[in-house]
Amino acid sequence: MANPVRIRPVGLSGMLVQFAEQMSDPANRAAIAFRAAVEAQEWPEVRETSTSLVSTFVSVDLVGTAPEAIAEKLEALLATQDWLAAPLPAGRTLWQIPTLYGTDAAPQLEEAAEAAGVSPQTAIEELSTARMRVLTIGFAPGQPYTAELPAHWDIPRQQALSKSVPAGALVVAIRQLIVFTNDTPTGWRHVGQTAFRTFRPQSETPIALSPGDEMCFPAVSEAEYARILERDTSGNAGAQTQVLP
Amino acid sequence: MSARLEVLSCGPSVTVQDQGRPGFLAQGLTRGGAADVLALFEGAALLSQSAELAALEMVGMGGAFYAHADIRIALTGAPMTATLDDAPLTWHASHLMPAGSTLKIGGARSGTYGYLHVGGGIDTDPMMGARGAHLSAGLGAALVAGDMLPTGHDKGTTTAMTLPVDDRWDGGRIRIIASMQTEQFDTKTQQRFAATQFRRDARANRMGVLMDFDGEGFAAKDQLSILSDVIVPGDIQIAGDGAPFVLMCECQTTGGYPRIGTVLPCDLGRVAQATAGDSLSFEFIDMDQARAIEQRALAQRKSLGQTVIPLLRDPHTMRDLLSYQLISGVVSAEANPFENEE
Repeated sequence: MANPVRIRPVGLSGMLVQFAEQMSDPANRAAIAFRAAVEAQEWPEVRETSTSLVSTFVSVDLVGTAPEAIAEKLEALLATQDWLAAPLPAGRTLWQIPTLYGTDAAPQLEEAAEAAGVSPQTAIEELSTARMRVLTIGFAPGQPYTAELPAHWDIPRQQALSKSVPAGALVVAIRQLIVFTNDTPTGWRHVGQTAFRTFRPQSETPIALSPGDEMCFPAVSEAEYARILERDTSGNAGAQTQVLP
Repeated sequence: MSARLEVLSCGPSVTVQDQGRPGFLAQGLTRGGAADVLALFEGAALLSQSAELAALEMVGMGGAFYAHADIRIALTGAPMTATLDDAPLTWHASHLMPAGSTLKIGGARSGTYGYLHVGGGIDTDPMMGARGAHLSAGLGAALVAGDMLPTGHDKGTTTAMTLPVDDRWDGGRIRIIASMQTEQFDTKTQQRFAATQFRRDARANRMGVLMDFDGEGFAAKDQLSILSDVIVPGDIQIAGDGAPFVLMCECQTTGGYPRIGTVLPCDLGRVAQATAGDSLSFEFIDMDQARAIEQRALAQRKSLGQTVIPLLRDPHTMRDLLSYQLISGVVSAEANPFENEE
């Protein structure tokens, strides 16, 4: 393996298992698969687990549990298989989320298209047909970081932050798309607007998206978007789902 | 029947808080909960009840509250001016708030986060398993005038108790341990960080506290190529401008800025409570020391109940002294005038 896996404490809050230093698809899959494996162990000292892009966080009270003791368990589990070759989890969901590109609702489409070196029309075609995968949920509740767009979408974040981009915004940078959970100041460019709510505190499933899920953002007209807003106030915003084999 | 506490008016940042909402990290939601967790335990000790119960957290200033039934209360955290029907109340103490009385909590005399606890706890509907508002996540809301807060069943009866508290209102020395990116800061930078006197900047909230300082900013090697990774409360993040930002209870779950260290949980309340301009410094300690210190702090927290003592009554602070003779308009030699008192 090119990158040795690293295990290290995170303050007194738990241990981090890092599968790579850079983003890579195998490391992302490894983090998701290893998290599931840790959960399946039902170790009593583990409070909860999560994944970031290429790492698994195992929340353990390191005041009551010695870091060496939990590290040893994690190492033994790591040794049971080649995690970088792990498949994606079963039962993933494909989400199709109607998106209004450009217009006043998403004013940075043209700017983003220019940065990617394509026309606004091509940008809409590419963004609305890309099949993205949720790498991680983070920063804000339910907020998905999805990848991966074609190489010419490796556009940097803006130097100056946009003061506030609304909840439901589809934003782009570094070949990734995010749907924002809340109104957020950001360096990512606002190219589309959805009425999809990634966090619905009142719902039985407040957060529906999971790492490994796939997402598409098909383009709809302003009129269609207005109809969706009128018809669907659940926060699902006309999203279609199907379970992936 | 549960009692009710009505909010007559309140400051802009008064929320229901408890020990937060673990279990949602993977879904992007940090635990949240009280900024000064020790204050929750102090309130619980004063009212002889569970520290799991919810209380009101008041940032910088409190509000006016009306009791619709007799309610036991305790005041903890940052000392604030407090009166019950205009008579002064002692902070870090429990009191009886009789039905029909009005509690007024003003500005903090020192520190930032004050707490109002009620017997039986604030009994609002749980949201995702807890009652604490997590405003940065969009969960819950700050209290406003007119809010009616139900309280839980109160099994206790004792009031007029106090306890000695750890003075944690004006910054000071904060102990930290190495974090994921500490080694990416060279030794000289780490030493300079530990030797720097910081000032708590005006920009501070439940998400994080910015540190102001003189001299050049702090930077890590390969700062821009650090991949976004998990964040825990207490992490000291160094943003692009080189200024440290201590992440607090309501921080985001992931972040891509390097972290130079992590504040010990038992010192995080001290960071939260510091007011703008207060001086703070950070001292690196190793994992073994950190665990020992935190174990001691937990043991102390558990035995807080044993430190609770009766509040000695100072005639100057007894409210409306003469009224004690006039209960029911009849002076009785037998009636204990203190019976219904706190």
